[in-house]
This record gives sequence, C-alpha cells and structure tokens, in this order.
Amino acid sequence: MPQIMYREAVRDAMAEEMRRDPRVFVMGEDVAIYGGAYGATQGLVEEFGEERVRDTAISEQAIAGAATGAAMCGMRPVAEIMYVDFMTLAMDQFVNQAAKNRYMFGGKTTVPMVLRTEGGAGRSIAAHHSQSLEAWFCHAPGVFVVMPATPYDAKGLLKTCIRDDNPILFIEHKMLYKEKGEVPEEEYLIPLGEAALRRAGGDVTLVGYSRMALLAEEAGRALAEEGVEAEVIDLRCLKPLDVDAILNSVRKTGRLVLCSEGYQEANFVCEIMAKVQEFAFDDLDAPIERVCALNCPVPMSPVLEKEAVPSTEKIVAAAKRTLARQR
Amino acid sequence: MGKTQRKRKAPAAKKVGGKGAEKPPAKATGAKTAKKAAPKGAKKTLTNKEKIDLLRRMMEIRGFEDKVFELLGRNILQGASHVYAGQEAVAVGACSAMTERDYATSAHRGHGHCLALGGDLNLMMAELCGKATGYCKGRGGSMHIADVRNRNLGATGIVGGNLPVATGAGLAIQMQGKTGVCLCFFGDGASNEGTFHESLNMAGKWKLPVIYICENNKYGMSVSIERACAVTDICGRAGCYGMMGAKVDGQKVLEVREAVLEAIERARRGDGPTLIEAVTYRYRGHSRSDPRVYRTKQEEEYWQQRDPITLFRDELIGQKLLTNKAFEKLQAEVDSGIAAAERFAVEESPYPDPSEVLDDVYCGWVETDKGLVRIETKG
Repeated sequence: MPQIMYREAVRDAMAEEMRRDPRVFVMGEDVAIYGGAYGATQGLVEEFGEERVRDTAISEQAIAGAATGAAMCGMRPVAEIMYVDFMTLAMDQFVNQAAKNRYMFGGKTTVPMVLRTEGGAGRSIAAHHSQSLEAWFCHAPGVFVVMPATPYDAKGLLKTCIRDDNPILFIEHKMLYKEKGEVPEEEYLIPLGEAALRRAGGDVTLVGYSRMALLAEEAGRALAEEGVEAEVIDLRCLKPLDVDAILNSVRKTGRLVLCSEGYQEANFVCEIMAKVQEFAFDDLDAPIERVCALNCPVPMSPVLEKEAVPSTEKIVAAAKRTLARQR
Repeated sequence: MGKTQRKRKAPAAKKVGGKGAEKPPAKATGAKTAKKAAPKGAKKTLTNKEKIDLLRRMMEIRGFEDKVFELLGRNILQGASHVYAGQEAVAVGACSAMTERDYATSAHRGHGHCLALGGDLNLMMAELCGKATGYCKGRGGSMHIADVRNRNLGATGIVGGNLPVATGAGLAIQMQGKTGVCLCFFGDGASNEGTFHESLNMAGKWKLPVIYICENNKYGMSVSIERACAVTDICGRAGCYGMMGAKVDGQKVLEVREAVLEAIERARRGDGPTLIEAVTYRYRGHSRSDPRVYRTKQEEEYWQQRDPITLFRDELIGQKLLTNKAFEKLQAEVDSGIAAAERFAVEESPYPDPSEVLDDVYCGWVETDKGLVRIETKG
C-alpha cells in the first residue's frame, strides 16, 4: 500500500470529491496559489481552476457565513479556516447560523458544509496559533467535530464529511501534516462516529484523538515494555462520539485515561467522564485520569510549550496512577 | 405583488444534481461568471391591481404587527418580537421586484420581510405563538422565521448575522450559472458589524448577485445613527467595495421597488452587487419594553405624517386608482385576515409535542441519553 503524507491525504480527499461532485468547492485564505498554509490544498487550483478553488480575503466571518449560505442553496463548500484559533472570528457564523439553521427553521433545510481547520501545539507559535479548541464546538448543538490522527483516517473521514448533510468542523493537527501512513489507492469512506482500536489490551484503557491518539499509542508501547497491556482507542470523531467503544473497553479494563490537547478545564473529555460514570460506574476500578493541556495560554518558549501540553510520559504516568489504585 | 405573490407557489430550489448525498449530479456546474444576456426580470410596470396589492400587503404587515403588539401586551404572545410597523414600504417595495429565482435573508425585525416574500399570515402568527403549525414548527419564533423551500433563507437574531449567509447564497447562484439574486435585509445597526465589511468586500470582489438593503430606521436599539456612526451616509460606503450605492426614501414603496429593480437587473447582467440604503422609521420601540426615551415626540409625529401606507393610499386615490370606499373595503378584508390568523394561531393550533424537542438538530442522527445515534432520514 502506498505511503502518503497526512496533508496529501487531505488534499486527495478534496480532489476526489471535487471530481465526483461539481457542487463541491474549496475556499479560504491562501488555499489556491499558495496551496494552503500547511500545504493541504496543493495542486487543487491547477486541476479545478480558480472558480472552484477560491482564495478569499482575510475574512473568517465571510468565509464561514458564505459557506453556510452556499450550502443552503445547493452547494457543498469545503472552507478552510487557517488556524482553529481563528475560528473565534468565525464563531457566530458557524455556531449560530450554520449549526442552528436546520433546527430553528423547522428541519426544512440542510447545511452541508465542512470547515477545515487545524490546531495543536508544537511549533512554538504561541497562544494564538497553537490551541486545541474542539470543546467549544462540541458544545454547540447542530455541528459535528472530526479530528483524524492518521493519513488513512484523514482521507476517509474527510470524504465522508464532504458527503454528509451536517455542518462539520474538521480539525487537522499542524504537527501531523508531514507524517506518512498507508493509504489505499482504491476509494474508501470511514463512517462518522466510529472509533478505531489502535491497540488491544486488558489492563487499562487509553483514549485519545488527533495527535494525542498517537501519543497514547506510544504510551501503550512503553507500558507494554513494563508488562502492562493497554487498550488504545482513537476516537477520530468527537461528535458523533463512539460511546460504546469506550464503555466496552472500560468494562474490560476497569481503568481509563483520557488524553486531550485542549485545556483541562471543561475539556471535551469531561463529557466522556460523565458518560462513563453514568453507564459504566460499576465497571470502574479506579478514578478516571485525564491528561490535558495545562490551564494557561499555550506559551511560545519551547520549554514552556512542552510543559503545557500532554506528552507520552505524562500519559504513562497517568496510566500507572490508575493501575496503582486497588479496588 | 401582495396577494398574487402570496398565492404563488415558488418551486423548491433547484439544486445542481440530485438531493441525496450519495448521488453526485451528472452535469457539472461550470464557471459562469461571464456577463449574461439580460434574462427576464420582474415586470417593470405594475397594473392597477398590482399596485393595490402592494398597498394591501403593506396594510397586512401593519395589521399583523399591531396585532402582535397587542398580543404581547396581553401576554398571549411570549418572547421577544421586534415589530416592523412604519417600515412596510421597504420590504414590500423590494420584494415586489423579485422573481421566483430569487432568494432573501432577513434580520431580527423580520416579520415584514417574510410577509412581503409571500408569507402566510396564519403560519407566521402560529410561529410567533410557538405553535406546531408555524413556519418552523414553533422552534424559531419571531426572530428565526424561514421558508427555505420558497426561497426565504431565514431571519437571524444576531445583528449582521445574515450578511455572510446572503453572500454565500449569491456565490451559490453565481457558481451554478443561474440568474437569480439574493436580497439581504439588515438595519443601520448591522452596518457597523464586521460582517458588513467582510460580506460587501467579498461580494464586490467576486461580483456576486446580492442586493444589500440597509433599512436605516435611525436607531440601533436606542443609539441613534448619529451617535453610532463616524460617517452616517451608509450607502456612501458602496464605493469602497466597488459596487453601486443608492439612497431611497424608504417610505415610498414604488421608489424602493424602482431602486431594487435596477439593482437586480444589474446583478442579473453579471455586474455585481448593490448597496441600497432605504431611509425609514420604526414606529414602535425596539421591543415592547422600550420606553423610547432616546427620541422625541416631535420626531415620531414627523414620521407618522410620512406614513408609507397613507402616502401610497393617497397617491392611488389621487390617480383615481382607489376610492375611499374601496380602501375601507380593503381595510376590512385585511382586518378579517389578521383576525383569522389570530384565531388559527391562538385558538386552533396545537403546541408542538414535547417529545419532538430533539428532532432535526442533526441530519441523519438523533440525540439519545447515550449520545448521537444514526437514524434514517429524508435529508
């Protein structure tokens, strides 16, 4: 199977869907000639032209809102917001207009749009370009939030998102664009709301998404060297969430570590904690651990940045804490 | 347009290709930004009957809004309703220039737009009452009425929130190679939102077929335009975005209609958007609880003397197109329509079933105790 980069997988997903469906188009800041700030739209304008691959002004509200209006009028926009931090500027259009129009208007419209963006720390570009704000959007009824960790998932999920009739925030990770992974040449789709089992094990469950799923997998390998078999689940989608995948694993292991790059307070994993205590309370052998970003703006200095966000070591340590608890 | 438009069943928006997500359309949309041969627009001249219909529609909006205000006062209507009384000529004049190809978006003071677009009094009143029979099954209420299948892309409770959406509608029309336009109604308050700048810049740059209609009713809630704007000439901003601007007397229905007809023609030719500033006045306060301490009685009286319905009625009587007797008959018909709408909404319509509260949040998925679960939907 060919190995391609995450950013190529994202690009290929859009290209395939644009070939398949003339309603699909791409717009955003620097997506055409430049090929996207992280190169995820490279080559699209050459193939599809400036009509369907549109460089916009630096206008996040207009990008998100125009995608909403175009989607309501029969198009399938894939709009790029360069950083999830800039979603703050597009917030009203996405969570008030796109997210709510179907419900508010009595179910008589659909808003089939994808906002692609990227988040995460790791490049020392500080607090306006390094955040993980997915929890904000999970809090908005009416939208889906999808966060792939691998090239395979990025491609299969983005294709599904483009064909879906809901407004979707597709959050890539800036540190993964150059990561390679196996992606089949033949077409495939990944259904929304299905987690991926990255590693099977019976001692403790590690749940992550986006780059944190990869770190959890690494932590799983490290734990294995010490004789602990961790089960690692990559959520892939936060909304819709594969609750059963988590519950089934917890029922087996009795111990749960949740990993997220978002700030710890009111992190999306808090919702998972609520669901687990609601549906699998008796299966837990230890309090649930969470490994999240510290509650401070992501700092620039590499030393501080590293300290502020989760690491494999922190996940291993959390796993050990849960394992140390006797029932 | 009034009654004729109201009866008209606009066809559902023709999408490029099939509706289902799984079936891609066979034919490509293709780029169609080149100038088009002028397609047939709305009729330029109105028959006598059509003029009377414009008057009737304005009277219906006034009657509707007076009834809404009354029902709010009696606590029969819950929630907030921002009434449109005084501004009727803008919505009716502008919407009379539309054809079945065209879309519109509206704002928080949007009852007038919905009715001018051919909205049904009964469904409107039912929606305001939160009834299951309303346009949006009672989920939207006063500030969120839409009728997307009939090209009304909806109102919004966020000031300026509809400008990017209307811009996107224009983008879709252009990319689909169609000749429609999108009318975008907003107030002077919204002209100071960032969405105004971003949207008009995008539409101006891409020559999108959007008609931005700023209803300058002098106040954003309580703050007058003089106290809010560095430069109060809103339509003067059009040039900054490479589009035509026009300032019209928003109390004169035919003047608004003419300006919008011209703007629509320009947009259909591929010559891009227009910013129209219609100067008008809202008779009531911002909302029912507004004591209107920020404006004077004299100012209110001045505008009452420039009432859009009276002005047009007198014009029609002066032209011998209407008699006082015919006007009285018209008023009686309108009143009975409003009374019927009240009856339909308040007495005859049921509230939504509480079990439906989670319907239609998502397409194809439904919220359960455990989270979202996939369901079969029609989309």
